[in-house]
Amino acid sequence: MSSDRIIQVERDILGKNDRLAADNRARFRADDVLAFNLVSSPGAGKTSLLVRAVSELKGSFAIGVIEGDQQTSNDAERIRATGVPAIQVNTGKGCHLDAAMVADAYDRLPWLNGGLLFIENVGNLVCPAAFDLGEACKIVVFSTTEGEDKPLKYPDMFAASSLMLINKIDLAPVLDFDLAKTIEYARRVNPNIEVLTVSARTGEGFAAFYAWIRKRAVAMKPATMTAAE
Amino acid sequence: MHEMALCEGIIGIVEEEARKRGFAKVNVVCLEIGALSHVAPEAMKFCFEAVAARTVAQGAKLEIVETPGVAWCMACSKSVEIKQRYEPCPSCGGYQLQVTGGEEMRVRELEVD
Repeated sequence: MSSDRIIQVERDILGKNDRLAADNRARFRADDVLAFNLVSSPGAGKTSLLVRAVSELKGSFAIGVIEGDQQTSNDAERIRATGVPAIQVNTGKGCHLDAAMVADAYDRLPWLNGGLLFIENVGNLVCPAAFDLGEACKIVVFSTTEGEDKPLKYPDMFAASSLMLINKIDLAPVLDFDLAKTIEYARRVNPNIEVLTVSARTGEGFAAFYAWIRKRAVAMKPATMTAAE
Repeated sequence: MHEMALCEGIIGIVEEEARKRGFAKVNVVCLEIGALSHVAPEAMKFCFEAVAARTVAQGAKLEIVETPGVAWCMACSKSVEIKQRYEPCPSCGGYQLQVTGGEEMRVRELEVD
């Protein structure tokens, strides 16, 4: 055993992904593109929410969508039916999108100069929390049909997200859904998380979501452009 | 099972170090994993063996040093130790906590031939 030697490494396991994510972030910045990474458990309504949002925002912004799923191109087809370009990424056995997949997909989208990029991650409240894609922020979609304590059960995702969209709010009255408790639990994990309630089915709450997006879009514009507007 | 992807990241780092520093066999891979990071150490050990097969780290032992979760409590104006993200401040019971440590996922050192 005397031939053994110790080598100090001190390198982040996700270092490679983080470097690629930083490259993506620089590209989005150069293109003046505001990128959101949408995460949730399967069935929370990410795609329905996006279909409504891109339909109603496509008059104001250039929009592109990257859809992540293990299999099928169903979600990208639902987005494309609105006239908005969408690239489907199939992760196969993989449980999350990574920065390299997003870089490839972004290459295949039309130029979104000054627009919005929505990245719909694989439906999974665990793994996507660890992988930076280069987004401006993560948006976690939570639905009223899930338990109020989900933020406590999957704290990493709620800690990593800037906004929690509580979807299917139209169903709340028949579900005994406790909105205050959900928000309390989410803020235990992330005191700074913003919260909006929406219904992708009825459109309730989307005006506030668009206002939130517009505020972010204005904040990222270079000062000179904002002044000229 | 993102532990699989993380293990691929570890092997990528080990192989790069092997090329750079000229070693052909790794006996121990030592990781530093924070208590608030995205890793279940048991799942990591399970995946590592599979991913390390036919690489310089084949058969290597995976050692995991767990570092504690640390947060800044805004109410107390001091650093406190927490085991989970949803835990209250052990001093005041509040939730105004900003995590400052324990999110590390790092390859710390290698024992090589």
